[in-house]
Amino acid sequence: MLYAIEPELKDRKMNNIIQQNSNIVITAENLTKKFGHFTAVDNISFEVERGEIFGFLGANGAGKTTAMRMLSGLSIPTSGKGIVAGYDIETQTELVKKNIGYMSQKFSLYDDLKVWENIELFGGIYGMKDKEIKVKTDELMKVLNFENERDKLVGSLPLGFKQKLAFSVSIFHNPQVVFLDEPTGGVDPITRRQFWELIYDATSRGITVFVTTHYMDEAEYCNRVSIMVDGKIEALDSPKDLKEQFNAASMDEVFQQLARRSTRQAD
Amino acid sequence: MLAIEVKNLYKNYYSTKSGNFAGIGRPDLTEDTNPNSSAIYPDLSGGVGGISFSVNRGEIFGIIGPDGAGKTTLFRILTTLILANSGTASVDGFNVVTDYKEIRKRVGYMPGKFSLYQDLTVEENLNFFATVFKTTIEENYELVKDIYQQIEPFKNRRAGKLSGGMKQKLALSCALIHKPSILFLDEPTTGVDPVSRKEFWGMLKKLKEKGITILVSTPYMDEASLCDRIALIQGGQFLKIDTPKNIISQYENKLWAVQSDTMYKLLMDLRANELTKNCFAFGDKHHVSIANKQITLENLKELIEKLGHKNVLIREIEPSIEDCFMQLSQS
Repeated sequence: MLYAIEPELKDRKMNNIIQQNSNIVITAENLTKKFGHFTAVDNISFEVERGEIFGFLGANGAGKTTAMRMLSGLSIPTSGKGIVAGYDIETQTELVKKNIGYMSQKFSLYDDLKVWENIELFGGIYGMKDKEIKVKTDELMKVLNFENERDKLVGSLPLGFKQKLAFSVSIFHNPQVVFLDEPTGGVDPITRRQFWELIYDATSRGITVFVTTHYMDEAEYCNRVSIMVDGKIEALDSPKDLKEQFNAASMDEVFQQLARRSTRQAD
Repeated sequence: MLAIEVKNLYKNYYSTKSGNFAGIGRPDLTEDTNPNSSAIYPDLSGGVGGISFSVNRGEIFGIIGPDGAGKTTLFRILTTLILANSGTASVDGFNVVTDYKEIRKRVGYMPGKFSLYQDLTVEENLNFFATVFKTTIEENYELVKDIYQQIEPFKNRRAGKLSGGMKQKLALSCALIHKPSILFLDEPTTGVDPVSRKEFWGMLKKLKEKGITILVSTPYMDEASLCDRIALIQGGQFLKIDTPKNIISQYENKLWAVQSDTMYKLLMDLRANELTKNCFAFGDKHHVSIANKQITLENLKELIEKLGHKNVLIREIEPSIEDCFMQLSQS
């Protein structure tokens, strides 16, 4: 139904109405990105529903990051179309950015700012009012049991704390979608699981989660999973159905079967 | 002779990035001189002390634990790049403090961060490292052949322009070109996809067959089974050192894999149950650890169905290293 949006339709209100009536939060239609002769993302199409945890898997170099950059308004597609949170990823990149959250293992928070300063900074960037930031910060500190850490520098927190805080900050402005790029790399197994509990909690509040990971057990926690091979989406379904289709006992087996088809000399 | 011998090793420093305690072993807080009083210390309940372990010749020994556990600190001490505060360590029979020059000739080291010359080509990098160790690519080609052949078609490409997987193969080739007796690999597979990780471990197995001792660190618990022996590390402390098989057989409780139609509720319900020692999500199942060995599958099923769960599936399972790590790190 979102395909019906004409490119020239730029009326935000209209878009918002369509969005609110729709259960689809991300639409990619024949999305393609070429760098010279190299096709990083090759004609991918899929939809993600509101409140879904969508796992975006693929080997290194399969094109995940490029696809994610397009969906978050950071890179313009060579061809094809995408609608994220109701906005066109080619013509409304700033509106896309305002309505999504983003967190990666590599960059999330400023180490040399205090916990509350990081929250205020990101809340402010997303245009939240001071009062709202203050009220929500109090709430968040309670939920995370972080009240004693509020005035500490983020750099002084253990990695597990940092990651939980980074995720909470990425959804602080209540975006429709949050993009998580390998959010759990390197953390200990218990913290990794606590992190996923935060993800479940976010989806229960209607936030859609789009996540990449190299941990195949985490792929099982997703409602649906897509697997990219050489720029194309080679499989997309619930983990249960994928395991049946590939006659595999685990998502790791599914992944191994698919990723071995790669002919791309990438990393 | 042991390949690596470490006795009561202790290193205490403050990470310049975080200002926190970092290192290995347990710090003596009475001698604490850190000006940053808000620094976070690891658990000190076990008292002050260093870590000890040894690695046999020809063994693949894995140091397994999360970021910040002290893995890199240990590697840097053993490769003679930093000094410990106390304790002793020897590598290939040589003391890491007094005989550091000998050790440097005999070990290959692949740091966690890519450390080759980005503006030299693939071949120039390999040639450089061979020359530094007074050898040639030809002399030890046999050892690196399997790995280097995969990147040889790109030998005129600058290292900085390689993909992650190719950089990893080049770094391993460079660490091997002087035919070291011991190879130190610090998180060689971090951030690498599962298929490439499997390939990498295949290469390590072949190197082991050629008689090279390998000390390798990883945050991925599933790689533990590919090592001969492992040390589980957290907060600068070893939780356990043994073969993966023995660690699994020493798991204290009975472990069950449980599924139902409502998995998140199931997790909460199981945690709230007094029989449960701990319960963690594991892919599409939850692993429930139950201390009471009298509890049968039927008991457990009845209990869960009573809580309103449908399509309950239960199986008794053998714990994985990840199960063991979580139990050990909680106790």
